[in-house]
Amino acid sequence: VQFLIDHFFELTITGLALGSVYALVALGYTMVYGVLQLINFAHSEVFMYGTFATVWTMYFLGGTPASSTGAVIGMLAVCLVVAMAVSGGIALLLEKFAYRPLIKRRAPKLIALISAIGASFVLSETMGLRGELAKAVGLEDNLSRYVTKARDTRSIPVNIPRKDLFSIGDYTLNTTDLLVIVAALVMMLLLDQFIRRSRLGRGIRAVAQDPESAALMGVNSTRVVQLTFLLGGIMAGAAAVLYMIRIGATRFDAGFILGVKAFTAAVMGGIGNLRGALLGGLVLGVAENYGSALIGTEWKDVVAFVLLVVILLFRPTGLLGESLGKARA
Amino acid sequence: MSTSLSARLQSRSQRLAGRRQAVADRLRPYRVPLFVMLAVFFYALPLLELPVISTPDVDFGGVLFIVATYVLIALGLNIVVGYAGLLDLGYVGFYAVGAYTVAVLTTEHGHVPYLWTIPIAVVVAMVSGVILGAPTLRVRGDYLAIVTLGFGEIIRLTAVNLEWLGGARGISAVKGPPDFCKVVEANRCVEAYAEVPHLNWDTGAPLVDIDKTTKLLDFGVLDLVPYYWFALTVIILILLADKRIKDSRVGRAWEATREDEDAAELMGVPTFKFKLLAFAMGAFVGGLSGALFAGKQGFVSPQSFLLLYSILFVAAVVVGGQGNRWGVIVGAVVVAYLPERFRGFQDWRVLVFGLALMILAVYRPQGLLPPRRTLRAKRAEQDIELLEEGALDQPGPDQPGLEQGALGGPVDDERDPRG
Repeated sequence: VQFLIDHFFELTITGLALGSVYALVALGYTMVYGVLQLINFAHSEVFMYGTFATVWTMYFLGGTPASSTGAVIGMLAVCLVVAMAVSGGIALLLEKFAYRPLIKRRAPKLIALISAIGASFVLSETMGLRGELAKAVGLEDNLSRYVTKARDTRSIPVNIPRKDLFSIGDYTLNTTDLLVIVAALVMMLLLDQFIRRSRLGRGIRAVAQDPESAALMGVNSTRVVQLTFLLGGIMAGAAAVLYMIRIGATRFDAGFILGVKAFTAAVMGGIGNLRGALLGGLVLGVAENYGSALIGTEWKDVVAFVLLVVILLFRPTGLLGESLGKARA
Repeated sequence: MSTSLSARLQSRSQRLAGRRQAVADRLRPYRVPLFVMLAVFFYALPLLELPVISTPDVDFGGVLFIVATYVLIALGLNIVVGYAGLLDLGYVGFYAVGAYTVAVLTTEHGHVPYLWTIPIAVVVAMVSGVILGAPTLRVRGDYLAIVTLGFGEIIRLTAVNLEWLGGARGISAVKGPPDFCKVVEANRCVEAYAEVPHLNWDTGAPLVDIDKTTKLLDFGVLDLVPYYWFALTVIILILLADKRIKDSRVGRAWEATREDEDAAELMGVPTFKFKLLAFAMGAFVGGLSGALFAGKQGFVSPQSFLLLYSILFVAAVVVGGQGNRWGVIVGAVVVAYLPERFRGFQDWRVLVFGLALMILAVYRPQGLLPPRRTLRAKRAEQDIELLEEGALDQPGPDQPGLEQGALGGPVDDERDPRG
């Protein structure tokens, strides 16, 4: 407990930083759930592709540990765009091949979960086997830097510049933490406003509320589902860049654990609810840190899940248990 | 898809379903001898060493044992997911509880003989099922899925972190079933009471191979066939119990709860109690298979109880056809056997498995062998849809009319011999 008191601000701020990554990924789960009432199990892989897009973009732009601060910031901006595009694209592919055929046939909900599990395996294994795949098309020499040792951990090739800003209590806030938290909040705010104010956002809310009436009112539900996946993918791409700024390394199966955490965050906040995802993510990130300070780092994940169970016991639909459709316009 | 094509596809699936019904009806009087024959075949399977079925890269007895544990798990999970309709993504937790109970009791913490630990393991697993279920079963639908997922992870992480449970290294030297052996030398069975030879297909025709034999009921490390026989026996017992329960009041209560919880509650079914019972039953079977696994493996570690396995178990149930006990057996065989059979393609097998799941989801959304009730319900749904769209002008010759009991509900379904 003394440790928690001594490091209170440090734990809170690093928890918020990690939590905002959870929150961004959780948005993808929560939006798809709001519109389709399906757990998009493969969303974690969408995130994973974003992390690799970040690493590869840095390779492509020739990043090295010696890159100057300005160059790194420029690179990160490019990475953000590329990762959002890649993740959004993967999410669209996912919708087209894993979900749309099933939605068309009105398959039972559980089978969509199986299809998503299959898609998740396919996506992560494709990444894990990219060396073999490149060999199959004869590109392994040209792409050797990108595809060798496909199953190993990959780190970003640059040093993220970090400057200490000011102290709060025991902790000196640095630029990295601030960047991650602020960037995540801005993304969430943009998405929230988009869903609330834009015409397309209204379509999403309409389908989430009542798909049949929405269809009768002329909302193209296929388009809406596509848009939902695309937005979720874009958010996951942004989360991937922030994750790489903070953690710095990824692997072909890195999505899995983070996906589970993000999904937990989405459920904790009330699945189908955008603000709930934000709250859930932040609560989860901070609670994990406090928990590991109190009982030990190795119990971090246990704390997260116990917290989830306790919250669901008292609020069976999550903290803000309100659906995407019911968000006030 | 054009309307005519979809209509043709529908009538084709209806015809297939009708044919399946006809086959099932004709086989009905012979179902006991058929079941016995099937059981005999599966007992003999490891001895036959059939050329295509046997795994070239791994010990076939071991593979059969793995498949058998998956079948057992799928049967248990089918009670929870298929009968009661509760999505459990943490089923591996019960499997772990069973395995760890055996491991703890047979090693330094207890030295209890293996066979005694099985009932204890099962009871502990059931208790953990009730402990998990009592608070969480009030949560509905997908929330339940994530809560159970969390529970599975909590169990695994607890095992990783508690030194008393061996930590990340796990517990080794877990005892297995006792041997029936005539002469034991240096802890190995040298001479058994009886030995059965395997077959050899090297020449293209089956020959009895006297050099390769299985000692009857020697639970050693080299020959895993006796473990498979043990597991198979357990499966048969569970199958019989499963049938009795499904056909009883309890089974009907589960079905009612699954189809419409509020309606069931209104009709006087105490849904919460029955859901809890389903959870406990599922945990019972899960713990049992965990106990079998620990006895055969000789050691348990948290690595054997990853979240991924929970997902594979659910995949086995759904791929096979949730709610049909033969379907989930097929599903478990697909999920457990195929990756072992194609171990030669080590690198690619997960990718192919993922693709297979996606293709299956599109083309067999009800599973490989759905329960007949599901098929009938689906047919009735299609009929209603056609009626609503006014396309029922010329019903096909084999299209069942609504008055033929397509909507008649589960009245005669209780007699369904196939589950």
